[in-house]
Amino acid sequence: MQQILFFFLRNKNFLLFLLLFVISLGLTINSHSYHKNKFVTSANFLSGGVYSFKSGITDYFDLETQNEILTKENERLRAIVANMEMETFDTLSINTNYNFITAKVINNNYGHSKNYLTLNKGYNDSLKVDMGVISSQGVVGIVNAVSNNYASVQSILNTNSQVVAKFKKSDHFGYLEWNTNEANVVQLTEIPRLAPVAIGDTIVTYGKSTIFPEGILIGTVANFKREPDQDYYNIDVQLFTDMTSLKHVYVISHRDAKEIKQLEKEVEDAE
Amino acid sequence: MQNNTTLVNIVRFVTLVLVQVFILNHVNLAGYINPYLYPLFILVYPLTGNKSLLIFIAFILGLTIDMFGDSGGIHAAACVFIAWIRPVALKYSFGVSYQLNTLKISTAPFSQQLVYIFSMAMLHHLMLFSMEIFNANQIILILKSTLFTGIFSAVLMVCSVLLFSRKSS
Repeated sequence: MQQILFFFLRNKNFLLFLLLFVISLGLTINSHSYHKNKFVTSANFLSGGVYSFKSGITDYFDLETQNEILTKENERLRAIVANMEMETFDTLSINTNYNFITAKVINNNYGHSKNYLTLNKGYNDSLKVDMGVISSQGVVGIVNAVSNNYASVQSILNTNSQVVAKFKKSDHFGYLEWNTNEANVVQLTEIPRLAPVAIGDTIVTYGKSTIFPEGILIGTVANFKREPDQDYYNIDVQLFTDMTSLKHVYVISHRDAKEIKQLEKEVEDAE
Repeated sequence: MQNNTTLVNIVRFVTLVLVQVFILNHVNLAGYINPYLYPLFILVYPLTGNKSLLIFIAFILGLTIDMFGDSGGIHAAACVFIAWIRPVALKYSFGVSYQLNTLKISTAPFSQQLVYIFSMAMLHHLMLFSMEIFNANQIILILKSTLFTGIFSAVLMVCSVLLFSRKSS
């Protein structure tokens, strides 16, 4: 008994190290698998509060460019509204499945291999996990953790991200992934070789899920190649959104997301 | 005196975390190089201080950085690792005499400081990037990131030690 006690006392530093190391390893592995509950996120009271304090100061620095971006978007939306047929203004007939919630980015990362953003809205503004996030130019990411007043977003510049995307001109779809090489360039995989691909083709969201509606802009084909013995293309997509300078974003909520998820889960459980 | 050291450590902890989170995490030199200065806390922690306490504080330090960066537990793991390995690194760089109360990092010969800071920074970064990338197939990427970011961080740490050491001369 005494021997055991001495052993513990002699190695207490190593044992403490081992314990804390295993805890950190657990947290790391947890963060590497998508869709697990996360314990340590920037969407909590302390880091969210600190980030929002900082953004309260630094927001003024790029007001001019942000205003320009918002004006450009207004201009585009006005053009769409002006060209619409008058009868579609009947609010009952407009497809209201999707709601858009504005939010501000209070922290943005793009230099790591797994990047996250922090937003200044959370559960109290009816944000939930798995909602899509877009900027005025295109797709940004998917909400992966929510606290009362803040939300953490998994950027598409994250090696865990898998957004379903398709060509605007055809319905061939694949998965967007990121190889960490370049911010603002992501890879579109699993496009079959039958699909017609050309440099400059527009890539949009696929829209067969509750996260993004169909046709949200993502980017254009910058580069593509296919090994002779491969059935799929490797496509580099230049994003429309400048991920290195994000301020105002929209969070998309699907009205029936809960119902659809539940239904899909029931089917999965039944199998 | 004891209280003074505690206070200095608390101020150092908060300052290093804030500098790391607000400034250094947004450097993105050459696209992906973000130097990490905060391990300096573990490096300059009193040499004769309680080792178990250091390992525990290192864990809290790493976890705080992880919380701000949404990175799971990678910084916590790296910090705990270098806090545990520190006595070995101290002995290797400064000789056994570090255990005597007389040695201070800023008064040791400059070459010894360099060896100590560079080895600790490299170990920290190696652990950090292995955890972040977490894929044995990308060992080249891990080593590349460790080397470039490590050199940058170590230079920054050396500069900080030079700047903030209280030398009477």
